[in-house]
Amino acid sequence: MSLYRPPRTQSSEITPREVYLSRRSFMAGTAAGLAFAASGTALAAPLAATPSAYKVADKLTPKQDVTTYNNFYEFGVNKSDPAANSGDFKPTPWAIEVGGLVAKPQVIDLEKIMTEIPMEERVYRMRCVETWSMVIPWIGFPLSALLDRVEPLGSAKYVAFETVVRPAEMPGQSGFFQPLNWPYVEGLRLDEARHPLTILATGLYGETLPNQNGAPIRLVVPWKYGFKGVKSIVKITLTEKEPPTTWKNSGPSEYGFYANVNPAVDHPRWSQATERRIGEGDGLFGGRRVDTLPFNGYADEVAGLYAGMDLKKFY
Amino acid sequence: MALPALPARLKPASVWALYALGLMPGLYAFYLGIYGGLGADPVREFEHLLGTWALRFLCAGLVITPIRDLLSVNLIAYRRALGLIAFYYVLAHFTVYLTLDRGLILTSILGDILKRPYIMLGMVGLLILIPLALTSNRWSIRRLGSRWNSLHKLAYPLLLAALLHYVLSLKSITLEPAIYIAVVTVLLGYRLVRPKLMERRRARRVTATR
Ligand code: HEM
Repeated sequence: MSLYRPPRTQSSEITPREVYLSRRSFMAGTAAGLAFAASGTALAAPLAATPSAYKVADKLTPKQDVTTYNNFYEFGVNKSDPAANSGDFKPTPWAIEVGGLVAKPQVIDLEKIMTEIPMEERVYRMRCVETWSMVIPWIGFPLSALLDRVEPLGSAKYVAFETVVRPAEMPGQSGFFQPLNWPYVEGLRLDEARHPLTILATGLYGETLPNQNGAPIRLVVPWKYGFKGVKSIVKITLTEKEPPTTWKNSGPSEYGFYANVNPAVDHPRWSQATERRIGEGDGLFGGRRVDTLPFNGYADEVAGLYAGMDLKKFY
Repeated sequence: MALPALPARLKPASVWALYALGLMPGLYAFYLGIYGGLGADPVREFEHLLGTWALRFLCAGLVITPIRDLLSVNLIAYRRALGLIAFYYVLAHFTVYLTLDRGLILTSILGDILKRPYIMLGMVGLLILIPLALTSNRWSIRRLGSRWNSLHKLAYPLLLAALLHYVLSLKSITLEPAIYIAVVTVLLGYRLVRPKLMERRRARRVTATR
C-alpha cells in the first residue's frame, strides 16, 4: 500500500484521467440534451480542471460507488438515500455568505468565483469514521484562496461552516425522528483551513458535484474523517472560539472537533485500525481490509499542525 | 375469531414451507452479494441484512403467544421454526462478521468483542441462542419437562440483548430502530402483564362455569 507523497508526480502520469475524459465528452452530450428538462436541478456537467500534483497513487474508487454510497443525512440516513432522494435539490444559483472576523465580509457568487479561481483536480483518499474508505478524484480549489479574499483578522482562530437548510428539497430535514439538528455545522482551526491540502470541492470525476455528494460546493479535508467534509455550504464564518460541530454535539464521547484519521484512537463502536476499501473486487468476496494510516497517509504534510498535542485527548 | 384451521395432515408441510420461505431473504441476499447486487459495500450490507432478519424472526417467535392469548389464533406449531430460523440468521451473521468482515484476524476480533458493548451484547444473544436451539426438539422437551419452559424463558433476555445490540450499533436513532424498540417493548411488556391477565381470565371462567 503506497503512502501519500508530497507533490512531485508528473501530471501526465495521472492515468485514469484519460479513461474518464472520454466518458466526459459522452456525458457532455447527454447533459446538454437533458439541460432543458431540468432547470435548476444539478445534472453533472463537465467541469474543466488542471490536474494537480496532489494525488495518491491508489486505484480510484469507481464513480458509480462514489456517487451512490455516502452519508448525507439531509437526504436520509441510509447510504443509498442521498443518491435516491436528492433529485429535487437545486444547487444553482448559489451564494456563500462569508463573514465573522474578517476585514471584507461578502456574499460570494459561486458561479463567479469559479471563473476567477483556477480549478484543480486532486486525487485524495477519503476515510469514513464508519471504517470504509474511497479514493476520489475531486475538482476544487484551496480554501485558503477564498479566505484570502475576505482577509481574516488577527483575532480569527477558527473557521465555521454551515450547510443549507431546505426541508422542501432535502427530505431528511423534515418529518419525524430527525437524527441531527440542522443546519449541519462543521469547523476547522484556521491553520488547518489554510493548509494547502484543504479544498473546497465543486466537482468529482471531471464533472460538477452531483447533488448527493454535496452540490454545488463542499469541504474536503483528506486527513480527517469524512464527516468533517461539510456539504452544500452556504455560510463560512471566521471565529475566535472553537465553533460547535454537528457530530460532536450529537455524541461528544464519540466524535471530537479534530477528527483526524488515527488508527491508534478507537471509536467506541469501531476499531479504527483498519478500513474496507469500497469498490475493490466484485461482490461479497473481492473486498479487502487495509491498514489505516495516521492522518490517512498525509502525516508528512500535516502532522506538524498538531505538534505537542495529545491526539488521544483531542480526537 | 378463530381462523379456519389448516387440516392436520398439511401442518408438517406448512412448517417446511415456513423454513423455506424464512431462509429465502438470506439466500437471495447471498446470491445478490455474489453477483454484485448489494451495492458499494456488499459485506456490510449482507451482514446487516442477516442481523436484521435475525431480529425480525426473534420478534416473530415471541408474537405467537400474545396472538394466541388475545386473538385466539394458535400458531404455536410454527414457533420452533421461527426460533430456529432466527438462530440460523444469527449464525450466518456471526460467520460473516468473523470471515468477510474481520477477515478471521483473531486478535482484532477478540479486542472487538471485549471492548465494544454492542458486540458483547450480540455475543450474549448468540450464547443464549445456542442452548435454546439445541433443545428445540421433541426429545429435549420430554427430557427436560418443566425445566424446558424455564430454560426457554431466556428468549426474553435474548430479545432484549439483540435489540440493544442493534440500537447501540447505530450512529443515531431514526424511524426504523424506533419501530423495533416499540415492537420489542410491547412484546416484552406483554410478558409482565400476562400473569395478571391470565389470572383474571381464569377467574372469569371459573365464575362462569359455577
Ligand atoms: C441475537 C443475536 C444477534 C442479532 C439479532 C443481531 C442483529 C443485528 C442487527 C439488527 C444489526 C444492525 C443491522 C443494521 O444496522 O441494518 C447488527 C449489526 C451488527 N452485528 Fe449483530 N446481531 C446478533 C449477534 C451478533 C454477534 C454475535 C456479532 C459478532 C460478534 C454481531 C456483530 C454485528 C456487527 C459487526 C454489526 C454491524 C455494525 C456496524 O456495521 O457498524 N452481531 N446485528
